[in-house]
Amino acid sequence: MKRKSLTFALMDAPFESARTVTAIRLIELSLRRGHDVNVFAYEGAAALTFSRQSQHPNATHGRTLEEEDHPLTHRWVAALLELAAANDVKLDWVNCGLCVDERGVGETIPGVRRGGPPDFFKLALDSFNTLVIPTR
Amino acid sequence: MKALNVVSCAYRATSEEQDDTIVWLAGTLRNGGADVELLLRGNSVNYCVAAQRSVPVEIGASVQRNPPDPAGDLTRFIAKGGRVYVIAEDLAARGIIAPDLIPDVQLLGRGALPALYERYDRVWSW
Repeated sequence: MKRKSLTFALMDAPFESARTVTAIRLIELSLRRGHDVNVFAYEGAAALTFSRQSQHPNATHGRTLEEEDHPLTHRWVAALLELAAANDVKLDWVNCGLCVDERGVGETIPGVRRGGPPDFFKLALDSFNTLVIPTR
Repeated sequence: MKALNVVSCAYRATSEEQDDTIVWLAGTLRNGGADVELLLRGNSVNYCVAAQRSVPVEIGASVQRNPPDPAGDLTRFIAKGGRVYVIAEDLAARGIIAPDLIPDVQLLGRGALPALYERYDRVWSW
């Protein structure tokens, strides 16, 4: 199959919506199938890569911090970046800078970058197709 | 104060949180001594289906250890004295029958909701 670039625009904040997991799974599958992927993380999604997200114990589940092993979206994105490198494809993750500033989530994991709406437009222009997954 | 939590939006962020956030909130409040109960309506009635199983999320090399278990969480909520009400019409609309459900959930019709709400000091619709 010919290698194609796909762009995803995400909008939901971490820990609020099933759409986030759906989006990340679609991105993972695209990378596994050898496609370059661009992500524009807009509004709440700008916090997906915030490196200070932390795990916690969960007394209601009766589990310690280690047992709970709570998912963190910045680790999922890091896993996506590692997968892209292993598959020799590109994952360009762009956080909307204004959205980052509004939320104070500028401390990100390595491998993602700050950008803005013009980046989204250019990424979409250069891609085979764009999937927008907005907040509802 | 006696409070009823009404849950209608199902599987909202269950993979990320490893539970339903409102079922968790009700369980946490109850563990702390609060008199809170649950009403499931709409898509959330599926939380009572005993045979459901969540597959751990795998993202690259990251594999989830504790996928959500809403039916188990509700079972534990009931075991601690909490009540879980489920709208019978919403079950029927989805083809879910009584033998599919975890034990001791309370089925009621939509027509019984006003009387149910009257029994609580607060009704919180999530």
